[in-house]
Amino acid sequence: MTEGRIIKVSGPLVVAEGMREANMFDVVRVGKDRLIGEIIEMRGDRASIQVYEETAGLGCGDAVVSTGEPLSVELGPGLMTNIYDGIQRPLEVMYEKYGSNIIKGIDEKPLSRDKKWTFTATVKAGDRVKAGDVLGTVNETELVLHKILVPFGKDGTVEEIQSGDFTVAEKIGSIKNDAGKSFDVTLMQKWPVRKARPYASKLAPSEPMVTGQRVIDAMFPIAKGGTACVPGPFGSGKTVVQHQLAKWSNVDIVVYIGCGERGNEMTDVLREFPELKDPRSGYSLMKRTVLIANTSDMPVAAREASIYTGITIAEYFRDMGYSVAVIADSSSRWAEALREMSGRLEEMPGEEGYPAYLTSRLAQFYERAGNVICLGSDARHGTLSAIGAVSPQGGDISEPVSQATLRIVKVFWGLDSSLAYRRHFPAINWLTSYSLYKDKLEEWFNANVARDWNAVTGEAMRILSVESELEEIVKLVGVDALSPSERLTLEAARSVREDFLQQNAFEDGDSYTSLDKQYRLIKLILSFYKKSGDALKRGADIEKIADLPVREKIGRAKSADPEKYVAEYEDIDREITAELAALTDKEDR
Amino acid sequence: MIREYKTIEEVAGPLMLVRRVEGVKYDELGEIELPDGSVRRCRVLEVNGDNVLVQLFESSAGLNLAQSKVRFLGHGVELGVSPDMLGRVFSGMGEVIDGGPEIIPEKTLDINGTPINPAARNYPSEFIQTGISTIDGLNTLVRGQKLPIFSGSGMPHANLAAQIARQAKVRGTDTNFAVVFAAVGITFEEADFFISDFKRTGAIDRTVLFINLASDAAIERISTPRMALTAAEYLAFEKNMHVLVIITDITNYAEALREVSAARKEVPGRRGYPGYLYTDLATMYERAGRKLDREGSITMIPILTMPEDDKTHPIPDLTGYITEGQIILSRDLYRKGILPPVDVLPSLSRLKDKGIGAGKTREDHAGTMNQLFSSYARGKEAKELMVVLGEAALTPIDRLYAKFADEFEKLYVNQSFYENRTIEQTLDIGWQLLKLLPRSEMKRIKPEILDKYWPKEN
Repeated sequence: MTEGRIIKVSGPLVVAEGMREANMFDVVRVGKDRLIGEIIEMRGDRASIQVYEETAGLGCGDAVVSTGEPLSVELGPGLMTNIYDGIQRPLEVMYEKYGSNIIKGIDEKPLSRDKKWTFTATVKAGDRVKAGDVLGTVNETELVLHKILVPFGKDGTVEEIQSGDFTVAEKIGSIKNDAGKSFDVTLMQKWPVRKARPYASKLAPSEPMVTGQRVIDAMFPIAKGGTACVPGPFGSGKTVVQHQLAKWSNVDIVVYIGCGERGNEMTDVLREFPELKDPRSGYSLMKRTVLIANTSDMPVAAREASIYTGITIAEYFRDMGYSVAVIADSSSRWAEALREMSGRLEEMPGEEGYPAYLTSRLAQFYERAGNVICLGSDARHGTLSAIGAVSPQGGDISEPVSQATLRIVKVFWGLDSSLAYRRHFPAINWLTSYSLYKDKLEEWFNANVARDWNAVTGEAMRILSVESELEEIVKLVGVDALSPSERLTLEAARSVREDFLQQNAFEDGDSYTSLDKQYRLIKLILSFYKKSGDALKRGADIEKIADLPVREKIGRAKSADPEKYVAEYEDIDREITAELAALTDKEDR
Repeated sequence: MIREYKTIEEVAGPLMLVRRVEGVKYDELGEIELPDGSVRRCRVLEVNGDNVLVQLFESSAGLNLAQSKVRFLGHGVELGVSPDMLGRVFSGMGEVIDGGPEIIPEKTLDINGTPINPAARNYPSEFIQTGISTIDGLNTLVRGQKLPIFSGSGMPHANLAAQIARQAKVRGTDTNFAVVFAAVGITFEEADFFISDFKRTGAIDRTVLFINLASDAAIERISTPRMALTAAEYLAFEKNMHVLVIITDITNYAEALREVSAARKEVPGRRGYPGYLYTDLATMYERAGRKLDREGSITMIPILTMPEDDKTHPIPDLTGYITEGQIILSRDLYRKGILPPVDVLPSLSRLKDKGIGAGKTREDHAGTMNQLFSSYARGKEAKELMVVLGEAALTPIDRLYAKFADEFEKLYVNQSFYENRTIEQTLDIGWQLLKLLPRSEMKRIKPEILDKYWPKEN
C-alpha cells in the first residue's frame, strides 16, 4: 500500500508525491474524507490523480493512499433495476443513508452484501470448466436469468459447488486449476472498467435491433451488435429518441448511461420505466434495465468514468449470451470531461481544445460493441449494441466530437432543428441520415417481415427524395408550375412524412409500432399513391384527390389498435379505391 | 489559530499569488487586509506546494504587495441564511445593503451546494399558470423546472420575467410562495424596474434580492447566482416554500468566468470561454428541482441576452443543453408590436407533457398544442413562399394557413404584459383559431376530443 502526500490541487486534478510504488490507473483515496480518485499520469514519484468527487477542502500535505487496484466494477446479481453513479456507487442506497444530496467520501458497495440470492448449480464437482462456462443461474428478475460464469483465467476442475441461498460475497464453490491451486467462486466478480471483457470471436452483425420506431426500423435500421449515433442541437429530441430506444428495443438488457445530462431526465427514467410494460413479456421494463447516472452537476471526472462503467456492465451480460444495448446520453459531455482533465494536465490541445487522443478513445468505446461468440464451451451468442447521443455546439456537426464519432459508427440518425420546430418528431432528417446496415439486414427483413420489405421502404424513400427536388422548384416558381402527377408525388410525400415517419412518443397507441404494422402502414400509403396515379391518368382532378375524405383516415391509421389494424387498413384501402372510383366516374359523365 | 501572510508575490487582473503558506485548502475563502485597514475577499483557485493562487472578488486597486496581509479562514464562501431574509436586499456577495439590520443567521451554508442525488429527485409535474398564452398553452412551465428566457439587447425580457413573477401560481393551492431574484451585472435602471415592480405588487415581502450592478466588481458575479441559489435551497428544502428564482443576466456571469479563465491562461474553448463552461453552468442550473422527501421546490428562470441574437453562441447553446427548454424572444414580433414577443416555434418546454392534460389543465391541451404548433409552422412557411411568389402561387389551403399564422400572432401570442389569462381562456382562443382551418386538417387531435370541442355540422 503506497501512501503519498498532496503537493498540488487544481479543480478535480490532484498531484501527489511519494507515489513511486503505485501503478498507472490505480484507484487512490485522497485526503481525510477518503475521496475516490484514479492515477492518470506518473512522473518520477509524482502521480497526477483525477478525483471523482468535489475537491474543495483538500490541501498540500493531505494523504493519498493507493488501493493497488484499477477502477473496477462489481458484476453479479443485483445490478438489474439499480441506479448507479459514474463509479458504480448505488444512488438509491446513498439516498436512504445519506439524504437527498451527494456528500463527499461516501463509500458504498455497488452490490448489496445482505441480500440472499437463490443459486441453482448447473455443473457438479469433478466437471471440467473453462472461463466463460456457466456454473449455475440466479433468477435475478422476472426478465433476467443471471448466469454465473467461470471468471476469466480460472479454468480447471470444479472441486465443490452447491445450490442454495447466498449473498454475492459468500462462497458457492471452488475450482482447482491444473497447477493444483484452488479458487473460491462467489456470485460476484470484479472487472477493471477500462479493459474490454474478452470473447471467443467476433462476427458481422446480421439481425436488426427492432426498435418499434418507424423511421428507424423502416428507413435507417440498426443491427444487434451495431453502433449508432444521434447528433442534434438542443431541443431536437435526442433524449426522447434515446428513451424510446431504451423502452422498446427488442434486446434482453438495456444499460442506460446518463452522462453529464439533466438530473430530471434520469428521474424520469427512474419513475417511468417501472410503469411501462415490455411489449413481449408484459413485465415492467425496469426489470431489464441498469441505469448509470452522472448528471451534469456531479463531479466531472466521474463523468469520464461513467461510460466505461456502463459498457463493462453491458459486456458482462453480453457474455451470458444476451443481446444488450448500451445507450449513452451524451458522448459530447464525456468528451468535454476528457478535455477538462487534459487542460488541467497542461497537455497540448488538438482541435477546439480537445485532446489529440479524443478520436482513439471514442473508437475504443464503440469498438467494444459487436456480435460475438462468447467464451465458454457452449459457444453462446451475445450482442452488444452501442448508441451514443452527440450534442454538437450550435447543432453544427463539423465539430470534433461529431466528426470523430461519424468516422466510427455505422448508423447516423441526424436530428434537425427545423423539423423539431414543425413538431415533426422524431426529428430524424431522412435526407442526411444513413444506415450502413440497411443492405445487410435486407435478407432478415425479407424473410421475417415481408418479401418486398426493402423494395417498399425504398419506394417511400424515393418519394421523399423526389419531394426535396420538387420543393426546390416550388420555391422558385410556385406550385402551379408542377404537373398533376408531380403534385401527387408531393401529396404522397407529405403522407409518408406525416402519416408514417412522424411518431408520437407520448401517445400510447403510437409510441411503439410492430414491424408488420409498419410494413402494412407504408403499403397503405403507397397504395394511395399508386391508385391516385391511375386515377389521374383516367382524368381525375388533383385538387379533389388531395381533398379525399379517406386521407384523414390514412392520417389516423398509425394509431390503430395493434390487434385490429390489419382489417382496419384493408377497409381504408377499399375506401381509397371507392372514393377514387367515384371521382373518375364523375369525370367520365 | 489563523495565520497572516505578508508574502503576496504578484497581482495580475483578478488573480493573486501568495508564497510560503501552510495548510491552505483548495476553494478556501481568504481575506486581504490593505494598509488602510479595509478588507477584501478572495478564494483559493489552486494550491501548488507552498504557493497558492487566489481569485479576488473585488478590484485589486490599492493593493500593496509589501504591506497587505492575507488570512485564510478555513472554510469556503458561505452565506448566513434565515427566514428573515425575505423582503431584504443583499449585495452580490451576500452583505445587507438595504440599510436595515444585519441578518442573524440560523445557519451558514457553503454557496457551492452539493449535487442532488438523481434518485432523490421528484419529477416536476405540477402545472404553473403564468397567465401567458404562449407559455401556458404551448411551452408549459411546471414546478421545479428550469426554463430560461433567451433574449437580445433591447428586448423586453425584464417585463416578461416580472409578469411571470407576478402572475405565476399553481391553481387550487395557496401555499408558501417566494421569489429569489439575482441581478448579475445589470444596470441600475433594470434592477430598479424589478424592485419597483415587486414593491408595487407587494411581492417584495416575499422576495429576497441579491444585487450586483454593472458598476460592481465583475468577479463578484461568479458568486452572486450561487448566493441566490443557496438562499433558495434553504427556503425551498428547509422551509418548505415554493421558490421562483430569477437570474438576470447569465451572459454577464459567463463573461466574468471567462475573465478569470483568461487570466489563468487556460486553454480556451469556443469564443474564448473556458472548456468547463458547461459544467460550471450546470452546477448552477441543476440546483433547481424538487425532492422526494421535501415539500418545497425551486423553479428557475434564468435570463440571458444572446450576443447578436445568435442562438448558437456558447452561452445560450450550453444553457439550452442543460435547461429543460427555453423561451426565445423574437425581434420581428417585437417590431410588429406583439407583446410578449415569444418566438413560438423554437421555444420549448421539455417538461410540459407531464404537466398538462385532464386533471392538470384540460383534456384537449396536448392535441391542440401540437396542432397549433404544426399549423403555425406551416402557416409561416406559406407566408415565406408568399413573399417570394405572391399570394396567387399558393394553394387554397396554404392561403388559409397563411391567414391562420397572422391571426395566431395577433390573438394568441399578443397579450399585454398585464393581461392574466386562465388556461381555459388560452385553450379556447386556440380552438377559435383552429376553426379557421378545415376540420380535416386536425390530424394531431384525437377524434373524440375533436367531436367534443368541434362537433361536426349535420
